Amino acid sequence: MTGSTADFKDLKDLAGLTDPRDAAVTGAGPMRRRGVELALLVLAVGLSVCGYVSVGLARHGVVPPGAAGYGAGLGVLALVAHLAVRLRAPYADPLLLPSAVLLNGLGLVLIYRLDQETPLDQAAPAQLVWSTVGVGLFILVVLALRDHRTLQRYAYLSGLAALALLTVPIFFPPVNGARLWVRIGGLSLQPGEFAKILLAVFFAAYLAANRSALAYAGRRVLWMRLPTGRVLGPVVAIWLVSVAVLVVERDLGTSLLFFGLFVILLFVATGRKGWLAVGLLLGSAGAYAAARLEPHVHARVTDWLHPLASIEAGEGPNQLAQSLFAFAAGGMLGTGLGKGESILIGFAAKSDFILATAGEELGLVGLSAVFVLYGVLVARGYRTGLALRDAFGRLLAVGLASILALQVFVIAGGVMGLIPLTGMAMPFLAQGGSSVVTNWIMVALLIRLSDSGRRRPEEGAV
Amino acid sequence: MTRQIRWAAAFCLLLTALLLLNAARIQIVQSATYDDNPANRRQDIARYSQPRGDIYVGGRPVTGSEDTGEQLRYERTYKNGPLYAPVTGYASQVYGSTLLENTEDRILSGTSPLLSPLPFLGDLTREPQPGGRVHTTIEPAMQRAAYDGLGGKQGAVAAIEPSTGKILALVSTPSYDPGLLSGNGITAARHWSRLNAAASKPMLNRAIRQTYPPGSAFKVVTAAAALDAGVITDVDAPTNSPDPYRLPGTSTALGNEVKGCANASLRYAFTWSCNTVFAHLGVDVGLGAMAGTAQRFGFNTRGLRIPSPVATSNFDTSMDKAQLALSSIGQYDTTATPLQMAMVASAVAAGGDLKAPYLVDRATDASGDTVSLPQPRSLRQAFNPATAAVLRELMVEVVEKGTGRNAAIPGAVVGGKTGTAQHGFGNTGLPYAWFISWAQPADSAAPAVAVAVVVEDASAVRDDISGGGSAAPIARAVMEAGLVRAGAGGRWR
Repeated sequence: MTGSTADFKDLKDLAGLTDPRDAAVTGAGPMRRRGVELALLVLAVGLSVCGYVSVGLARHGVVPPGAAGYGAGLGVLALVAHLAVRLRAPYADPLLLPSAVLLNGLGLVLIYRLDQETPLDQAAPAQLVWSTVGVGLFILVVLALRDHRTLQRYAYLSGLAALALLTVPIFFPPVNGARLWVRIGGLSLQPGEFAKILLAVFFAAYLAANRSALAYAGRRVLWMRLPTGRVLGPVVAIWLVSVAVLVVERDLGTSLLFFGLFVILLFVATGRKGWLAVGLLLGSAGAYAAARLEPHVHARVTDWLHPLASIEAGEGPNQLAQSLFAFAAGGMLGTGLGKGESILIGFAAKSDFILATAGEELGLVGLSAVFVLYGVLVARGYRTGLALRDAFGRLLAVGLASILALQVFVIAGGVMGLIPLTGMAMPFLAQGGSSVVTNWIMVALLIRLSDSGRRRPEEGAV
Repeated sequence: MTRQIRWAAAFCLLLTALLLLNAARIQIVQSATYDDNPANRRQDIARYSQPRGDIYVGGRPVTGSEDTGEQLRYERTYKNGPLYAPVTGYASQVYGSTLLENTEDRILSGTSPLLSPLPFLGDLTREPQPGGRVHTTIEPAMQRAAYDGLGGKQGAVAAIEPSTGKILALVSTPSYDPGLLSGNGITAARHWSRLNAAASKPMLNRAIRQTYPPGSAFKVVTAAAALDAGVITDVDAPTNSPDPYRLPGTSTALGNEVKGCANASLRYAFTWSCNTVFAHLGVDVGLGAMAGTAQRFGFNTRGLRIPSPVATSNFDTSMDKAQLALSSIGQYDTTATPLQMAMVASAVAAGGDLKAPYLVDRATDASGDTVSLPQPRSLRQAFNPATAAVLRELMVEVVEKGTGRNAAIPGAVVGGKTGTAQHGFGNTGLPYAWFISWAQPADSAAPAVAVAVVVEDASAVRDDISGGGSAAPIARAVMEAGLVRAGAGGRWR
């Protein structure tokens, strides 16, 4: 009836027939473009070293003694990652790795820069170690995962593992009002970060397997056909549980992220706009309820609506106000690295609010460049999704790219007063081991997926 | 599925666009609002991130900056703080700034566009300009003489170079050390409340911000009005004034501290400060001419700046004759700042040419290149040059044989006028002793210095001699220092 042409198109999709536009992507030929990647990597490492030197010159008037070591370290990481890609994913998208290296390098520069304000709390060395671990896992994934479809087999295992990871922090004491961390020895980990990838794998695999049933079976309610409970049940259940766990842990940013991921993948898998409507409705209702009932969330919404209220109340600027001050101080061109005062933000200046340092010291120009870098990563992720033939691969690529896009939007929008602030790590930039490691694994998966997608069709996967 | 992926991609593009637009909103559109928010410490941090430019007296800095290593890094320091406080004012991280520290702030803090050879380039690189230097017109020896002369008493001294209007000394006592207020700690707060609570008001700049009844020192103005208006044509002719003088329309009789005032000539009355003669004279001249002359001297003129604002001196413009009589001898509502009375002496010394007093000789950038060089400026011709010649003659006589003999300097021509002003309810307050004067080196064609001294607690000696007794020696010391300077060619260094 309504939308019957769309249904017909989707049937073609299901039958393995592809949109002619996809052919244009895959038919571009087996360009490896590893030289381009290497050149861009040199540029990315060079830019990071420039930033590091610039901080040293601005703060102490001399090239920092660690500059050579820093440059060499980042360079070796980039080179080894590049060699792994060259060896096992030669057709991978050449923009993915350089974008990630540049973002990670810039993050290290910003953390090193903020370390200058806190002599007793040096975060950059640990972040460099975590980056090394992240690149190590990146290489491991690129080398060990020969075909992304292998992951499809572990769909339910991934789902359960994600749930377990999300549940673990409940048994540990809360940090700053949120139960997100697991402390083992001197290490503190954020299992929710790793759960992102596992949930994306689970959603992608499950939806790929059941998308026709989700799209066409089931009863009609009002204007739309709902899938049968048997098909939808497991997805909704796992999603509900994950969101419930997060609400208990009071990590609303991640809840929002998972919800958005779920809705996008459901829409992409089934092609039914009704899911978007339902998703938006449920999301708005959930957000409204949380804002009304949860004092923690209510305070965030109030801060968002009146970021300067604490100043008028004589309590001085709160973190959000300090963050806005930092961005405003940056103006068009920024103060220059090392010359801003974003440390005034205080707590979480190196993690959740790291973007404010970028905004103040690099200005609108630099901040836009950072957003564009994220945009490149996301766009290449979507491109990978379009180039792939198998539904699982497409959904996984879209899922990973969407996680990145949503996470950047939620945290960047939060610290800049566009949406209520929710604590979350800026991918690659922010201080935090779990986050940087997870992001490197995500990029590794995208590299693997894009290698499959860009390969000559007759070669198939390795 | 492809179509949905494109839709989802478009959605992510929309999110990116929202972030970019929002960034432009915060960083460009609303940037200035956030920058100017008083809770935003960035402007303070930037202001104190470099040493403040120094204020110079006689070619030497009287200020400095100290690196505290705190968030607001540099604090102001002062050499001889109490001596120069009425010139420099204070520059506090908490309580703002006053006087030159306030009016010359853009030079001292380095934000003045004058200091930047390429203003646009500065905006681009955001490199702070080093603070410039402000050279004052103050003559250190005269400032010191005035400060030491006042000693522990409450009072003020203002000295002007009559030919230019340069302020050579500006002293107010008791004074304070502005360096105590520089920082942002608890000690600065304690000093702040202590100085504000002190009954002697040490932070009040009496030389320019306090007005006093000028008493007999005002008789210079009254004499100028009478001579200019032609009411007196011969200074040696009797003035037909009774002693005591009954104020018109009242039963109050005004007397004198000295003898021989009945029908005295203007010369005698000026030399010995006869109240009756000048009160009578003021009424004869009339309200309009008296007020006009006072105004040409600078009374009733708002907005005088040196560049710090100077309190307005007052001569009432609507009075009855009894009030006019009292106003003409510097009582009733007539009030003047010490600087205003120095301007009166200066105008007489300069033949009626009243110069605008000023305190900033020049401003330079951090490397010493002049960026601003104020020029002497005439306010107006206050009275006829012929009148000036007579007034100078009368003032010289006061010092040579009248009430101001304490101000005489051997080898120099000195003219002066004493004054004692009563004040307080029923004249119960301590009198103010005044002395205004000018001095001319014997070998010079024009006076080199004009001075006004006021001492608030003139030891309760309620006669006209007190002006000559406690204020004139201070004026003499200041003038002597000024004559040494003039002898050296009018230049330090």
